[in-house]
Amino acid sequence: MTHSTSPKRGVLDVWLVSLMFLLLGAGIVLYGRRDWLPPLASRHGAGIDDMLRYLLFTTGSLLFVAFTALSWLVWAGGRRHVVTQRVAAARTEVVVSLLLGMLMAAVAEGGVLAIGMPVWKEYFEAAAPPDAVQIDVTAQQFFWNVRYPGADGVFGRVRNELVDEASNPVGLDSADARGADDIYLVNQFIVPVDRPVHIRLHSKDMIHSFFLPHLRVKQDVIPGMTPEITFVPTKEGTYELACAELCGLGHYRMQGIFKVVAQRDYERALREEASK
Amino acid sequence: MSHSDSFIRKYIFSTDHKIIGIQYILTGLAMALVGGTLAGLIRLQLGWPGLQWPLLGKLMPVGMPSGVMTPEFYMALVTMHGTIMVFFFMSFVLVSGFGNYVVPLQIGARDMAFPLLNMLSYWIGLLGAIVILLSFFVQGGAAAAGWTAYPPLSAVASAMPGSALGQTLWLLAMALFIASFTMSGLNIVATVLSLRAPGMSMMRMPLTVWSYFISAIMGLLAFPPLTAAAIMLLFDRHFDTSFFLPSGLIVAGKLLPNHGGSPLLWQHLFWFLGHPEVYVLILPALGIALDMLPVFSRKPVFGYRLSVYCLMIVAVLSMIVWGHHMFVSGMSPFSGEYFSISTMLITVPMTIIGVNMLGSLWGARITLATPMLFALGIIALFGVGGFGGLFLGNATADMQLHDTYFVVGHFHLMIGGVTLLGTFAGIYYWFPKMFGRQMSEALGKAHFWLTFLPFFTVFFMQHFVGLQGAPRRYYAFTTYEYLNRTHGQNVVISLVAFLLMAGQLVFALNFIWSLVAGRASERNPWHATTLEWETSSPPPHGNFVEIPTVHRWAYEYSVAGEALDYTPQTVPARQVAVTA
Ligand code: HEM
Ligand SMILES: [Cu+2]
Ligand SMILES: [Cu+2]
Repeated sequence: MTHSTSPKRGVLDVWLVSLMFLLLGAGIVLYGRRDWLPPLASRHGAGIDDMLRYLLFTTGSLLFVAFTALSWLVWAGGRRHVVTQRVAAARTEVVVSLLLGMLMAAVAEGGVLAIGMPVWKEYFEAAAPPDAVQIDVTAQQFFWNVRYPGADGVFGRVRNELVDEASNPVGLDSADARGADDIYLVNQFIVPVDRPVHIRLHSKDMIHSFFLPHLRVKQDVIPGMTPEITFVPTKEGTYELACAELCGLGHYRMQGIFKVVAQRDYERALREEASK
Repeated sequence: MSHSDSFIRKYIFSTDHKIIGIQYILTGLAMALVGGTLAGLIRLQLGWPGLQWPLLGKLMPVGMPSGVMTPEFYMALVTMHGTIMVFFFMSFVLVSGFGNYVVPLQIGARDMAFPLLNMLSYWIGLLGAIVILLSFFVQGGAAAAGWTAYPPLSAVASAMPGSALGQTLWLLAMALFIASFTMSGLNIVATVLSLRAPGMSMMRMPLTVWSYFISAIMGLLAFPPLTAAAIMLLFDRHFDTSFFLPSGLIVAGKLLPNHGGSPLLWQHLFWFLGHPEVYVLILPALGIALDMLPVFSRKPVFGYRLSVYCLMIVAVLSMIVWGHHMFVSGMSPFSGEYFSISTMLITVPMTIIGVNMLGSLWGARITLATPMLFALGIIALFGVGGFGGLFLGNATADMQLHDTYFVVGHFHLMIGGVTLLGTFAGIYYWFPKMFGRQMSEALGKAHFWLTFLPFFTVFFMQHFVGLQGAPRRYYAFTTYEYLNRTHGQNVVISLVAFLLMAGQLVFALNFIWSLVAGRASERNPWHATTLEWETSSPPPHGNFVEIPTVHRWAYEYSVAGEALDYTPQTVPARQVAVTA
């Protein structure tokens, strides 16, 4: 065939490219199979981790197969002198494509429906049980205002007009007696282990996002909306709260401390705060 | 063309689609240099947070006083990097640049349907690029609210320094860009519909043309909502409206007078554009890859018809999945379920496109020329990036991964990487057509190795930084104890990113050197079948001395019994049998 001016076919290139794809396929699997997630500390988080592990496993395996195939195709095709398989029959093309397309759909939709959706539903649809710890959080540039309802179990009324950044950051209405025993903290949370925590979120200014990596909790807080979340911490420890939505130049340091402790310690801590 | 054409009419204010295409490409490459430099600064900060760089401090006394980057400057860098890369690099070079240059040639047209509109589109686009660059120099600096510009951050001038004049200029630049991009898209649609050469039926068009055609239609459908949103945001900023601002906002201790708006509305409008936009960028790259594989495999593309249908299905589905960017925004959990399921449906056509790429290598005779290397790289990035999409489109998994570096890794592989490799493949492949000279293969291959492997490494690793819980748009990861373990990874990522950037010098060298001193190219250097190779290189004004007549599809390689292993689309059936 007349290929005088076509680019030369280097043997070395074929070797290198083919080897590269082979190594990439293996590398992906080796790198990906390490345990990357922050240690888990919540009940619904186990479901999220199952979802992630399922995806890591399926996509990792499929990528390994695909990269090996790619490597082989380059290897074989780079050494071939005549085309051996010009066009597949139209039927073959359709069957092969649809089969693999459906396989992927099964992997993807199957994951969503079988593993993902139940967790999603549990997380969003379960009403907060009556014994849940109630916390009211107001995010602002660049910290978290944290309120507990105090002994009466009811939050005092707040009004935006009353906000004074120095003396009354959340705008607590002193005319409302129920607010008198509210406990107010900044960037500090303390909750008992193995009891549902119900958090109501507000934002004063920008969009923030309440992200507890170890508890697999993330909820955007859009001003004007008051999303509520419920989850159950399952492991005692001190965890970090991060902001996961760009909210300004201090976004990267909008840190909170989220302590999960035994029920007794939790009660004592709240009593101490209340007496302050 | 008449000789009285002045240089200015011919090369500057030209209505010739080829000149306009090259103008777009060169402008976009210049913008890439800016966007890439910004990425370098970002990586400098993330690799060595808070370190002092006295020399940079002298160059940028405001952003890096005494050589240490300020958080507000970091955010401006990230925002401008994203904006420039998506709108003023990729959209310019890959979509408008090659779209302009290649589409009319490949369908056998003399020019675009509306040449004057085409020229206007370039100049308005250029104006947008200039405005975005100038915004660095205004009071408060460039916009810093992210390329997604979510209000209230982007709506309230006192929210952060970049939200002052910088954000207004950002919106202005976007408006100019959208106007320009719309004209250019309209032109492509009209050209493909009305100016195809005799015999060039739709189902004989190369997949490149199909991908540009479909991507242009998507652009036309998706941009209007963002245009409206941008205007509404300008009104919120300057005329005290409250489209995106709710009641009771308290910024920096001051209660704002706004009433009844919704920041969530912006997210819907933005992503109704934003998601299709990523396909507007990626489809042309896929089309180019699907067309390059046959040229260097010497066999027809696998599953031509299926690919066409899949491109269409992707386009339709992409308009109804925008909510997967908002799973944790607080929208109804039922919407989350819907958007998960619809997003996962896209895997079907996307997988088929991937399978068709692999199928095109089956039983092939492969030549690893530079454009082919980049096309193979596209397959790899598309595979890994696509699988990353399975994580993010799944609402349950996305709860943990949303707004972390997993997302950054994912979208860079797709709209950063597939498109980048597509751009390079296109440049190496069509350079002889544009300038009549061949680029150096040796340098081209070196460039491939210095691009593909570092790019893959950087963004593959970022997925795992995200799995460890590192949020994106963070100035530093030093505040958090649980992120300490990502520090070493960030150093590695930064070092490899610098290698990647240095590798682009090889490309710059090759490009400029080949432009002046490259080996003269023959008319059809790759022995390809499509129409652009049937005319001289570079083609004359009007493209073809005589409009060609098309007799077959674009993939007639290795027809049995023929001496030549390629049969151009213009060869009549009575000379060489038509095989599809
Ligand atoms: C030279 C290689 C590149 C490097 C090292 C790089 C690096 C980065 C980094 C570190 C970020 C910040 C992520 C964050 O904090 O959220 C970023 C953001 C981004 N990059 Fe790149 N990038 C590169 C090329 C590209 C390309 C080619 C595109 C093309 C589309 C692109 C599009 C974006 C976008 C859209 C963002 C998001 C900006 C935002 O969060 O508002 N990048 N990049
Ligand atoms: Cu934030
Ligand atoms: Cu999307």
